Amino acid sequence: MTPPPDHAAVPSASDAAPVAVATAPAGPPPSDTEHRRREAQRAAGREGARRTVAQIGFYTFVSLVLAFFSLPLLWLAVAPFDANPGLSASLPEFTLQNFQVLWDNPYAMRSLGNSVILAGGTGLLVVTFAALAAYALSRVRLPGRDMLLYVLLLLSSIVTGTAAMVPLFNLATELRLIDSQLGVILVLSGGLLPSAIFILKDFMDGTPRSYEESARVFGASPFQIMRDIVVPVVRPGLATIGVWSVAQVWGNFLIPFLLLRSPDQYPAAVVMYTFYTEGGQANLALISTFSLLYSVPVILMFLFVSSRYGFRFHGGIKR
Amino acid sequence: MAAITMDRLTKVYPGGVRALDEIDLTVEDGEFFALLGPSGCGKTTLLRTIAGLEESSGGSLRIGDVDVTRTPPGSRDVAMVFQDYALFPHMTVAENVAYPLRIKKVARGKRTEKAAATAGELGLADYLERRPGQLSGGQQQRVALARAMACHPRVFLFDEPLSNLDARMRLEARTFLKRLQRELGVTTVFVTHDQAEALALADRIAVMESGRIRQLGTPSEVFRRPANTFVASFIGSTPMNLLDGVVRSRGIEVGGELLPTPPEPAGRLVDGEKVVYGIRPEYLVHSPTAVPGSLTGEVRVVENLGHAQLVTLEGPAGFVQLVVDEDTPVALGDRGFAVPRQDRALVYRDGELVTAGADPTGLTAGARATGAT
Amino acid sequence: MNGSKGRPLAGAPAGRTGGSDAAGLGRRRAAGFVAPAMLLIVAFLLFPALWTVYLGLTDYQLTGFAAANPQVVGLENYDRALGDDRFSNSLVLTLQFVLGSAVLGQAVLGFAIAWLMRNRVGALRRTVEALVLLAWILPSSVITFLWIALLDRDGGTLNALLNTPGTAWLLEYPMASIIVFNIWKGAAFSMMLYAAALGNVPPSHLETARLAGAGTFQQLRDVVFPRIKGHVLTNLLLISLWTFNDFTPFLLTAGGPENRTEIMPVFIYRIALESGELGFGAAISVLMLLINLVIALVYMRLLRQRKDASA
Repeated sequence: MTPPPDHAAVPSASDAAPVAVATAPAGPPPSDTEHRRREAQRAAGREGARRTVAQIGFYTFVSLVLAFFSLPLLWLAVAPFDANPGLSASLPEFTLQNFQVLWDNPYAMRSLGNSVILAGGTGLLVVTFAALAAYALSRVRLPGRDMLLYVLLLLSSIVTGTAAMVPLFNLATELRLIDSQLGVILVLSGGLLPSAIFILKDFMDGTPRSYEESARVFGASPFQIMRDIVVPVVRPGLATIGVWSVAQVWGNFLIPFLLLRSPDQYPAAVVMYTFYTEGGQANLALISTFSLLYSVPVILMFLFVSSRYGFRFHGGIKR
Repeated sequence: MAAITMDRLTKVYPGGVRALDEIDLTVEDGEFFALLGPSGCGKTTLLRTIAGLEESSGGSLRIGDVDVTRTPPGSRDVAMVFQDYALFPHMTVAENVAYPLRIKKVARGKRTEKAAATAGELGLADYLERRPGQLSGGQQQRVALARAMACHPRVFLFDEPLSNLDARMRLEARTFLKRLQRELGVTTVFVTHDQAEALALADRIAVMESGRIRQLGTPSEVFRRPANTFVASFIGSTPMNLLDGVVRSRGIEVGGELLPTPPEPAGRLVDGEKVVYGIRPEYLVHSPTAVPGSLTGEVRVVENLGHAQLVTLEGPAGFVQLVVDEDTPVALGDRGFAVPRQDRALVYRDGELVTAGADPTGLTAGARATGAT
Repeated sequence: MNGSKGRPLAGAPAGRTGGSDAAGLGRRRAAGFVAPAMLLIVAFLLFPALWTVYLGLTDYQLTGFAAANPQVVGLENYDRALGDDRFSNSLVLTLQFVLGSAVLGQAVLGFAIAWLMRNRVGALRRTVEALVLLAWILPSSVITFLWIALLDRDGGTLNALLNTPGTAWLLEYPMASIIVFNIWKGAAFSMMLYAAALGNVPPSHLETARLAGAGTFQQLRDVVFPRIKGHVLTNLLLISLWTFNDFTPFLLTAGGPENRTEIMPVFIYRIALESGELGFGAAISVLMLLINLVIALVYMRLLRQRKDASA
């Protein structure tokens, strides 16, 4: 016979109670130990009260936080499926009809396609160029390398889209890249590359050189080493940078808003904005379903990154 | 198969560090050769220079009849096993072993067959589809060996081949490695900082210090007759006793005791000159009672080595260590006497061994001829 | 200290040959590898920054005579900015926005959540974190509409909930609205950073303080804060930088009503691209770049110190 484990582990109230009952009426002159015991009991009582207050405070705070963060989101979860979507979140009269509205809109689906082009193009460019640069910087001691990395990182945090919108607009005009998706891709890539290089270089620095040296002794050419060894070994890093760049571009509003002119070039971020700023009654069926469809890839990417590599890393580099 | 010949091979790093200082060395065909020394002595640089991973700054390097001083690593026909084994984590054991063949453009079917056969020889037949991360340290090492063997190189290079294994595996792997090298008969150079490993494995050892070879010889030569005090203190699991002494007409005076002059340097010493008297703890015989011509002192430390005990005496000559039979009772505080074995005692003048014969470092042409077998 | 004995020996050769070219790339090929990335960075990051400085000294216009023929006017744009009420208004609003939403709002709320959730596991913590993160990762044009809907005068959820029908939050309290909005949007970063930082405070330190009778506030002050000082500074610098450069409030209020939410990015946009005064807009951009530079320099210095300290 063994006692139940919780009984053994925690001295329960029933263990302590008889002692308290036996001692409380027994001592006429409160001895020193008695005094100390009372003191401890009082402290325990205070502690209990404090703990209750703390518990109430904790759950109040958590409820407020939950309410604050979920309130705006409720609409996104409910309205797309509501037959009569209003602006407030309410129990929906379930329908999928709104998605038909979305499908029929000439700009909505095309803008998602445009977003895919912009995000995919930028992602590809950033991953390729950043990987090449990071590899060379990690493995070959080019003169001024550390300074270069420092300046790059500094540049990327200083020259933001907002601070540089005037010259970026001018530059695109001069290079005839206004209203061109290529222009948006190039500008976004330029902004994302420094951080991407920095992070990938960290990845490359973390992989043993002996992999490459070993392949080299077997006679592999630099190209073979890249293809057979380096790329597969740093694939997690490449994937992370790819997802990160895609997520950055997918949500970016300012640069396409600045550089694109014709509505059929607009990515989803800009089309979403025009949906609710253009005159007339806002089409809530359209806006709600479009918001949802436009948001789903971001959520999927987030889940992918956080399940594969944890979110801490991604968190550190989001801008 | 091929010999490796280094002629005044030099490597200077940017910043002026001379990692290799005019190394002259020939590793014979089929030899199992150790580069031994403390960290930073240049042994790894030498190995990497033979591999071609480091470019030499001077001198020449030949493998067989071919001058490979400026040949890129892939064309030298050498295979290297790295300290961390450098197994590609994204490839299976079979793919890893087959990789050199893939580079050499061997057809897929043939190289799979060859890789499986080589891995099989090393007892890896059951692990062909595993990833390196799923193998034990010893298995990983054998995969690395199989990969090196797969392309039949003329030279094997091992960088600290046993250092990544735990103590028990290390002994097993040591025996395995020695047997494998004997069977394959391929010229093999390995680097180690562990003198016991070098003694156990190698046909010949080069002991290095700050970019130079301090002694070249067979394990027994290096162990028995260290050419200088550096090698003497580096070789041996318990370091040699190196005691300051003065030459007298009837012997060498160490700590007030007169020890008989060993036969070899006898006649080559000058009365009154200062020398260092060297004797390994294994070659000191313990006596509880006073013996003429012995070192003496109080027992300070007794370390149990299992089959024997290492006793440290403190006396007029300083600290003296000796290995005592496991059955002999030795107590702390006892007075002990250590009698040197005459034929094993060595005398060093200015750090160099005083000998009757040829250059003990084995570095001159004459010595090289006798060292080569 | 596992395996520390073997480490120096094993590490020595690697360290010595650390700079060598493991794949045999060679410097020329390496430079070739770096070149495409550099080209893009120079063209679309470095050059625009420098060009801003030049443009800020001109009377460049989007349309009209000065568009074809810009003149260098020296510091006239800066002179004008100093006397411009709209600019000083923008500066004050920006300060309010950064201090209110980032330094106070995001940092405090993020820390509070991280602190209260530090010992929790399970559904509650996951739910809270997921919601906070969701606000952070959703596209900005989506979340702005969510807030427009939430704050709507007639059909908004907030009015229904607070029983304040007809309150047009975005018109009556525009600055407060974008501040609360930005707290909502950005608290996630602070929460994650502080959660990571608190994970590095050894539990034994907190327990020692508790045994000594320290209350929550004393624990925070004496044990937690000294250990996460670096994180706090990093956090404040980064969220200030990001909030300062945030264009999203434009989607919510477009700077209005009556310029009451015209923070600097919005100000630049309206001056340069809506009014077409590119030269003046560029001059304001230079100020923004300089402020960014100061924050970034402090941040990089901090990073370097931390790296040195850990090395």
